[in-house]
Amino acid sequence: MKKPLLTLTGIGLSFGAYTVLEDANFSVPEGAVVSLIGPNGAGKTSLFNCITGFYRPNKGSIMFDGQELMRLKPHHVTRAGIARTFQNVRLFQQMTVLENVMSGMHCRTRSGAIAAILRTPRQRAEEAEIRDFSMECLQFVGVTDDYNREATTLAYGHQRRIEIARALATKPKLLLLDEPAAGLNAGEKQELIELIQRIRDERGISVMLIEHDTGLVMKVSERISVLDHGVKIAEGPPKEIQANPKVIEAYLGQEGEEADLDD
Amino acid sequence: MGEKSVVAARLFGPLAGLMENRPARWTATAALLVLMAVAPMIFGSYATVILTNALLYVVLALGLNVVVGYAGLLDLGYAAFFAVGAYTIGVLTLDFGLNFWMSLPFAVLAAAIAGVIIGGPTLGLRSDYLAIVTLGFGEIVRFSARNLEITGKASGLSGIQQPSIFGYEIASSLDFYYTFCILAIIAVIVSFRLANSRLGRAWLYVRHDEDAAEAMGIDRVRVKLAAYVIGAIYGAIGGAFFAVNLGAISPESFSFTQSVLILMAVILGGMGKIPGVILGAFIVILGPELLRDLGPLRLLVFAVGLLLIMLFRPSGIWPGRSAAK
Repeated sequence: MKKPLLTLTGIGLSFGAYTVLEDANFSVPEGAVVSLIGPNGAGKTSLFNCITGFYRPNKGSIMFDGQELMRLKPHHVTRAGIARTFQNVRLFQQMTVLENVMSGMHCRTRSGAIAAILRTPRQRAEEAEIRDFSMECLQFVGVTDDYNREATTLAYGHQRRIEIARALATKPKLLLLDEPAAGLNAGEKQELIELIQRIRDERGISVMLIEHDTGLVMKVSERISVLDHGVKIAEGPPKEIQANPKVIEAYLGQEGEEADLDD
Repeated sequence: MGEKSVVAARLFGPLAGLMENRPARWTATAALLVLMAVAPMIFGSYATVILTNALLYVVLALGLNVVVGYAGLLDLGYAAFFAVGAYTIGVLTLDFGLNFWMSLPFAVLAAAIAGVIIGGPTLGLRSDYLAIVTLGFGEIVRFSARNLEITGKASGLSGIQQPSIFGYEIASSLDFYYTFCILAIIAVIVSFRLANSRLGRAWLYVRHDEDAAEAMGIDRVRVKLAAYVIGAIYGAIGGAFFAVNLGAISPESFSFTQSVLILMAVILGGMGKIPGVILGAFIVILGPELLRDLGPLRLLVFAVGLLLIMLFRPSGIWPGRSAAK
């Protein structure tokens, strides 16, 4: 068994009287691809938001790479080595593809105002480094042109890949993908599976994804956890999950219920 | 309405296009520098004083542009930093016997400290709160200046000594014109370099999407504070030179109207666009002067003109990046 990179224990999250997560336990082994599935409103995105510091859980512990992440601000979590994408792609508007990806390198560089005003050799070297690494990330995800086009004017599938490149530019150890296949066609989904595998194999980055496309989840994940109403109801390799009666019931029972928390 | 914006795009589009092209940009810059150098000879001494004032506003507007244009923070009390710079110079040269150049670092420091005190607690909140706090800060500074003994109360400070450089005293209005030329050029270069840096990009990321910026590991409060303090420093330097240029300052030079005028220059020209902001500063200062023949009607005509510009070019006169391509 590989040692865990991320371990969540007893995460509880509630807004007022409304409980979103109840005693959620979860772990991501080093160098693995794991998935989090569950019906709409099960609390999947909320769990992501807890890990990345956007929500503050009421209780529990988030251990990542030997560090406690509870109560850290989002930018500290990113610096610690967790990068994320958003459910509804959130690229920076009116900025080019390259500029978008360059944002990821911000937390791995240091030049400030004075260095920028004086254009010190160190600052210039750092700017070149930011540019080069961002290009490399774009090429890695398969974006080889359009660097200087406005990112939000590109096709949706393209934007998803740029968002992944931007997350990779933060040099993470763990990548959280929130519904990366949403809105992609069959060919793009196949490319996404290959990309996720390459991120793990070539970059050594663990991946945790939330996904509704069960076919994709079964193909790409080593382990799957199922969340329903803020509680983990099953966990295991894809084959076991497919056959688990609790999971089947949770999915069939969702009809008529509307998504609330995962927008 | 669309037709009008086409007209404006035709007027300034080629100019903006020129800025995109490298050799043309150098030619345009050189022409502009020559024009700046010979302007006093062409337009005479009265115009030189007005142009000096316009150049001061270029510095102030570029400073506020860092805050409003890049970081997207609404600052309604920018004149406060202008006042902090001017009064620091006044007090230190008159009461403490320091010369201008020795006082200047203190003016910068005072503005930076004021920026941290005002910005620190408020920048974590939504930007609407900042607008209210800065509005209050602007008034507090003006009222303090009006009531404190050391700042000369309502009559202000006078007899502020003019600076000399390498034994040459900067005294005549022509001297000050060229001083402000140099100051404005430095302000432009600093703005360009900041805009094209890691910090400059971070301002835009935070302005466009705070959450996504945070998710990229950017400390939004820190980045905003940097913008606010840099803006404050621009203001203080402008204020310092303003104080020695006039030799006298009074609280009324730093009113809310002053803050609004600087903000207007930024918005009018186009937030975040350096050539636009420069243009805005010139319009705000030269506009009322050019309309002087209209007598009492001039401010009304000027105001209507501004309203029309905002109506037809809500994102400023200078075309946006994509429109220029």
